[in-house]
Amino acid sequence: MFADYTWAELGSIFAMQGFSGLILFAVLLLMALGLAIIFGQMGVINMAHGEFMILGAYITYLTSNLFADFLPSLFDIYFFIAMIFAFIGTFLLGMLVEWSLIRHLYKRPLDTLLATWGLSLILQQLYRTVFGPREVGVSLPDWMMGSYALTDTIEIPINGIIVMVITFVITVGVFLFLQKSRKGKQARAVVQNRAMAGAVGINTAKVDRFTFALGCGIAGIAGATFTMIGSTGPTSGQLYIVDTFLVVVFGGAASLLGTIASAFSIAQAQSIMEFFLSGSMAKVLTLLAVIVILMLRPQGLFSLKVRK
Amino acid sequence: MDNKISPATMKRRKVLKSLLAIPAAMALAGGTFGSLAHASEVNTTGLAVTDDTVKVGILHSVTGTMAISETGSVQAEKLAIEQINAMGGVLGRKIEYIQEDGASDWPTFAEKSKKLLVNDKVAAVFGCWTSASRKAALPVFEQYNGMLFYPTFYEGLEQSPNVIYTGQEATQQILKGIDWAKETKGAKKFFLLGSDYIWPRTSNKIARKHIEKLGLKVVGEEYYPLGHTQFNSVINKIKLKKPDVIFTTVVGGSNVAFYKQLKAAGIDLTKEKPLVLTLSVTEDEILGIGGENVEGLYASMKYFQSLPNDNNKKFEAAFKKMWGEKSVIGDVTQAAYLGPWLWKAAVEKAGSFDVDAIKKTLPGIELTTAPEGYVKVHPNHHLWSKSRIGHAKADGTFDVVYESKELIEPNPFPKGYQ
Repeated sequence: MFADYTWAELGSIFAMQGFSGLILFAVLLLMALGLAIIFGQMGVINMAHGEFMILGAYITYLTSNLFADFLPSLFDIYFFIAMIFAFIGTFLLGMLVEWSLIRHLYKRPLDTLLATWGLSLILQQLYRTVFGPREVGVSLPDWMMGSYALTDTIEIPINGIIVMVITFVITVGVFLFLQKSRKGKQARAVVQNRAMAGAVGINTAKVDRFTFALGCGIAGIAGATFTMIGSTGPTSGQLYIVDTFLVVVFGGAASLLGTIASAFSIAQAQSIMEFFLSGSMAKVLTLLAVIVILMLRPQGLFSLKVRK
Repeated sequence: MDNKISPATMKRRKVLKSLLAIPAAMALAGGTFGSLAHASEVNTTGLAVTDDTVKVGILHSVTGTMAISETGSVQAEKLAIEQINAMGGVLGRKIEYIQEDGASDWPTFAEKSKKLLVNDKVAAVFGCWTSASRKAALPVFEQYNGMLFYPTFYEGLEQSPNVIYTGQEATQQILKGIDWAKETKGAKKFFLLGSDYIWPRTSNKIARKHIEKLGLKVVGEEYYPLGHTQFNSVINKIKLKKPDVIFTTVVGGSNVAFYKQLKAAGIDLTKEKPLVLTLSVTEDEILGIGGENVEGLYASMKYFQSLPNDNNKKFEAAFKKMWGEKSVIGDVTQAAYLGPWLWKAAVEKAGSFDVDAIKKTLPGIELTTAPEGYVKVHPNHHLWSKSRIGHAKADGTFDVVYESKELIEPNPFPKGYQ
């Protein structure tokens, strides 16, 4: 495979390939962060996670139209404002969903699977009715779309760098929130022992609503970010849902560190195998490896030690 | 001499007058046909045909993942039906359509086909989009002897007496495209990339055979699962192999991801290093990808919205009038538009709605008014049509840069390519 190439060529290909592995890692992690909070921390199996992401993408689409029509001078930076809108929009929808649907199901976690799956179908049809069945094209400022030539032969995608930066900021933010902030500590307390947390004076209903909405809001940011690399259509959310659950379950629910480690190992395995084998075969082998590891370690890579 | 006319004579005259009026009324209703045949004469198999209406079915997905692609076909079929009705209908009968939703679910297509044929007794069905939906519905059409007009370009390897394929089969779409890349662009090395299902795999098989026959080289062939969104690895692989042409059959949401990531990886399509030639990106798909991301892309198919002939200008104007100024028309949408017109021509030639009768008249039916130009039904139930190459512009339309001189014969079972 490599016989005809010079070392310099091979070096730059491997550098770019290493970078694409890192981009995939960032993408998987960003997808999974919101779910790591909702499923990992709260135990809610949120099948509508992909649809929350797509809501974020649609909000980005609307914002881009808004800026193109009314504030063309600020179009170059609209994307970051769109991300804030996406967070707020999905956060509010998350609160509404928690209030109307999820809070009735905390004692029946398996039923959340069915309820949120129904919700995902409702949202998909809603998007289809509002935005039409076709994908919409989200136009991005030019500076975000090109590549940065590091050397003559090494070209780094700019959108990849942006995804990595956003992922890094959000991950650190979520980590600090859960570990250090008062609200985060309350959220963890409620998850670990709802009755006891209530007894020490935490308003568990309020904390639940906030935590769920936060997870949705992060999904919205992820969706906004993915308009740079993927499609925005009523059913695009379905493209992400399998990978998202894979990352969270493989990493071990309730462990943020596990989610990070899992996203990293899946991304590297996938991108290395994609390069040497074919795309479909890489996917098969990755899934196979995950299944085998989960058979040996059902709790995932990392898990909290709790007395059952 | 009694000048008075007796009441009996009056009555006779009235009867005579009204008898005279009937053919006149028929001539008006029937358009070119002098007299209107009775429903039982044009329909001996119990189809839903009355003296002034005929029922047909429209069967596409308007919900689910495929709704993205199939919406255009539904719109084109409705437009054709409306235009035919405005001209007086088929054999003097207005077309009424019954629309069913395949819901992007293949067994549902079979179920709804059966409903249309058995319960509604429709005279013809315009529908199906993916090969999977057609394969699911095909046994139903053969069992109950229905007639399906199928609009999508597809992989070939099929020929049913109960289906008319109005899109291109694979060889019509592929061979001229590769010849063009070789002759005009001097391409020598090809990289084949597709989504992982039957159409891309069959298309690439044909493409590979043809490339090798021409003495050129395939430097890579890759497939990614449907809905795959990460193409960075394969783009690196393409950079390593340095092909002259990336020949792609990636479909659906993956397309959006592929072109955005290609651009981000520094492969500028307008520089044609490598040139990207696709079979699967029409004006419809560009809406979702964004014109600025595919500027410079080449597509090989039979129809582009920008075709400059008069038929197409009329069609485009009528389509936009019915479905809005912003609507775009892709290859399959145009092929779907041909279905009702071909059916009308076949029925009128046969003088009957019977499926067995139009099976006999369909081969040889020609349309001079097709937006793509002249088309003709081949005895193998596919269409003779031209091959064209379009060059994508940033506004999401194509410039036609190549058109085959003659019509390309459809060949769904190409010898030496399987």
